[in-house]
Amino acid sequence: MEATSRPPDGPFGLLAELTYECPLHCPYCSNPLALADYREELTTAQWRRVLAEAAELGVLQLHLSGGEPLRRRDLVEIVHRAAERGLYTNLITSALGLSPRRAEQLRAAGLDHVQISVQADDPALSDRLAGTPSFERKTAAARLVKELGWPLTLNVVLHRHNIDRIDRVLALAEKLAADRVELANTQYYGWAWRNRRELLPSTDQLRRAEAVVRAARERLKGRMEIIYVLPDYHGRYPKPCMGGWGRRQLTVVPNGDVLPCPAAHALPLPRASVHEHSLAWIWERSPLFTRFRGTAWMPEPCRSCDRRELDFGGCRCQAFQLTGDAARTDPVCHLSPDHGIVVEAVRAAEEAVRADEGAVRADDDAVLPRGGVLTPRPHPSRPA
Amino acid sequence: MRTVSDTDRPRLAPHARMAFDPARERHVLLAPEAVAVLGGSGSAVLGLCDGERTVAEIVAELHRRYDHVSDDEVRLFLARLAAKRYVEVSDGSDE
Repeated sequence: MEATSRPPDGPFGLLAELTYECPLHCPYCSNPLALADYREELTTAQWRRVLAEAAELGVLQLHLSGGEPLRRRDLVEIVHRAAERGLYTNLITSALGLSPRRAEQLRAAGLDHVQISVQADDPALSDRLAGTPSFERKTAAARLVKELGWPLTLNVVLHRHNIDRIDRVLALAEKLAADRVELANTQYYGWAWRNRRELLPSTDQLRRAEAVVRAARERLKGRMEIIYVLPDYHGRYPKPCMGGWGRRQLTVVPNGDVLPCPAAHALPLPRASVHEHSLAWIWERSPLFTRFRGTAWMPEPCRSCDRRELDFGGCRCQAFQLTGDAARTDPVCHLSPDHGIVVEAVRAAEEAVRADEGAVRADDDAVLPRGGVLTPRPHPSRPA
Repeated sequence: MRTVSDTDRPRLAPHARMAFDPARERHVLLAPEAVAVLGGSGSAVLGLCDGERTVAEIVAELHRRYDHVSDDEVRLFLARLAAKRYVEVSDGSDE
């Protein structure tokens, strides 16, 4: 293998998608469409081995996610094992199921940080997007997190139907005394990909959103950190996906498959599984992790581009999704020969937003324009 | 970015921690969804941030231990970590 095969620093973070069970039905969910394929979940003992191998490999941060990780009855045990290994543990949750008792057990087990999602600042809109009454329970859980002395991150996934409300989302975050707020523009994988036509915001919406974020960052400096995940469809260059393929992070999904990025389920490469190999082998040797590592795999225009070490050719999963070939330049890059695909998607979004604005008042609280078109993400056990 | 003053008494924020990473043989700073790999000087500075020592005392201690210490770099390092809220500074002058 070439010298770039094993990056010297190894992986820093492990995203553990413990289960795809989830009480919410968010239409922008990044979980795979074939949810039923992941019902045979790793056991507690298997996760224990994965955590031990991850720590050996140099992983320092564990992100416990899903689905809803609180659906796993052994979550406290998993956190305890991770803390024993010195991992910094982040719980990424809808907060449904975070009772005071469970929270105290997690605190005692050594959980370091909690990230709670809300779908909007407005209870009715948030519940409608989540597909279940949940807003009040989320805010109650956020207060509980602060009472127990945890740092709190509030996460809101942004799209056409809530991006005009960032100022009010930030006011909610302040009210809940969040330490960090993550405003994450939807990334179009999984269920979000299926709902892209209805989720993609217009360029005007984004311009307004960015102005609000800039002003809020200035105002809240030193008090609350605002992370704004850029919408790559509207940018000139692609996102540096995962900080480079197989370079800083790995993901283990509920059935034990290991992925370089949480959207890589469907890539046409041999799968890598903790049932068959060690994490070290998968990280260092598996075709899935080595195929797009470094820069040697790149086609033009990436190969000779000055930015090849900055954005690594963009997202492999997105290239695959949009062109059918994971080895092409990410089409969101304006230099990509396939960029027209993205331009067309954005143009369609502009048109849809104009139509929506004609149909409803822009500021109509708790109303999803043309509701019912979004496909809610189903329960894994009850396929759509 | 707020600058740090000589009377500030910096300490690690409760949600951040410094650890030795055996895989990389380096000290690291761990915080919510963030990892910073520290150089030798960074870990030396952070190791002195106990909420008791003032910035002036930290700088003096570093001079006692090491030959080449840039006072400005130490202050800038702490100001950067304070801006990220990995380090808290309580002003000692109003005690």
